[in-house]
Amino acid sequence: MIRIVLPYHLRKLAQVDGEVRVQVDGQVTQRAILDALEAQYPVLRGTIRDHVTQHRRDFVRFFACSQDFSLEAPDTPLPEAVAKGEEPFLVVGAIAGG
Amino acid sequence: MSRVRLLVGTHKGGFILTSDAKRQRWDVSGPEFAGWEIYHIKGSPVDPDRLFASQSTGWFGQQIQRSNDGGKTWASVDNKFVYEGKTGTHQWYDGTPHPWEFKRVWHLEPSLIDPDVVYAGVEDAAFFRSTDGGQTWHELAGLRQHTTGSAWAPGAGGLCLHTIVQDPSDSRRIFIAISAAGVFRTDDGGETWRPMNRGLRSQTIPDQDAEVGHCVHRIAMHPSRPRTLFMQKHWDVMRSTDGGESWHEVSGNLPSDFGFPIDVHAHEPDTIYVIPIKSDSEHFPPEGKLRVYRSRTGGNEWEALTNGLPQSNCYVNVLREAMAVDSLDPCGVYFGTSGGQVYGSPDAGDHWSAIVRDLPPVLSVEVQTLS
Repeated sequence: MIRIVLPYHLRKLAQVDGEVRVQVDGQVTQRAILDALEAQYPVLRGTIRDHVTQHRRDFVRFFACSQDFSLEAPDTPLPEAVAKGEEPFLVVGAIAGG
Repeated sequence: MSRVRLLVGTHKGGFILTSDAKRQRWDVSGPEFAGWEIYHIKGSPVDPDRLFASQSTGWFGQQIQRSNDGGKTWASVDNKFVYEGKTGTHQWYDGTPHPWEFKRVWHLEPSLIDPDVVYAGVEDAAFFRSTDGGQTWHELAGLRQHTTGSAWAPGAGGLCLHTIVQDPSDSRRIFIAISAAGVFRTDDGGETWRPMNRGLRSQTIPDQDAEVGHCVHRIAMHPSRPRTLFMQKHWDVMRSTDGGESWHEVSGNLPSDFGFPIDVHAHEPDTIYVIPIKSDSEHFPPEGKLRVYRSRTGGNEWEALTNGLPQSNCYVNVLREAMAVDSLDPCGVYFGTSGGQVYGSPDAGDHWSAIVRDLPPVLSVEVQTLS
């Protein structure tokens, strides 16, 4: 299972506490993780990436294994530690504004 | 016994304020959706316990929330606002073409006759409709694809469709207002639209009498007189008596003809309210005195209403969605400020008091009169 850490507002929207776990079949990429996340929690559609373009929203970042994957292509494989569930995939609301 | 319920949208959540018909003691609940910008909350006139709320942030985009129990519980409905057809461009601040991009829902307007129908005014300016209580949204693209659409340009607050007024005598006639394009009217339920800006003059555009390009801040209608409309424009208070075909200035003796909200007394169609704001650039009450102005003659002759409002050192603003009237007798009038106060008057504006003082900056105020 893939472990995902969501920011506070998205946890509230999805009505979850703590980490979220999703099943990803095949290669573990940003796109695959987000597809699985949105399938499990439809309320999150449009909150992390645009409904139509599927581009990451400007003030959302993706971290894992102490690295920033925000600017990576969505189909780039993520580290094995994420795929194995040893490390979480972090969806982060960027620090901006008050 | 009648009750009133105020629906208050703020920069950091939504609040519901309730009172009995005396409107002296208020219960405050909230914040709902804490930390999110709540641009607008409005209830269905057909089913007052059905409420719709526009919830957004710059981080995570748009949500639409719906309550079927008067705001006790809420559930997310569809948040997918996709422009129909070839998207095209509008004019950007620098005059260049800019692709239409959805940013947020400014205004939700439930139908007067069907609790499952609700309209949404969005930024970049477009008109959406849901016929299933918000479960799905579809653009009525005839507005955005009007021949003038590619020339619409945003005001400082964005290219927003912020006002939707339904004609209670004809469900197919709807007025909308866009900053900074102006007023448009449909007579066929939203399929086709005509600009309704004749008589408006704006010094901020090259052709002061242009068909479109006017920064209309708000329009209001009394339900018994659907051909009479009142407008607060970015400078000038205006009136139309022919369904928006032509407008005439009624600013009269106002200390400033700039402001954002305008509303009509529930039982006196010629009695209207505005809140003058000093502009250009300052956007706070003239002389630091928070004054509501009332005209009992449909404009031109205005009186200041000050009893209970701060008359010194007051530098708040009142935004376009942030004033409402109830339908009790006497009519209640309410408004919210950028300082987080919500003021109410239970006697048509003669006396005011602060219902709450320390909310986040207020974006919108709606009121429901409940039996």
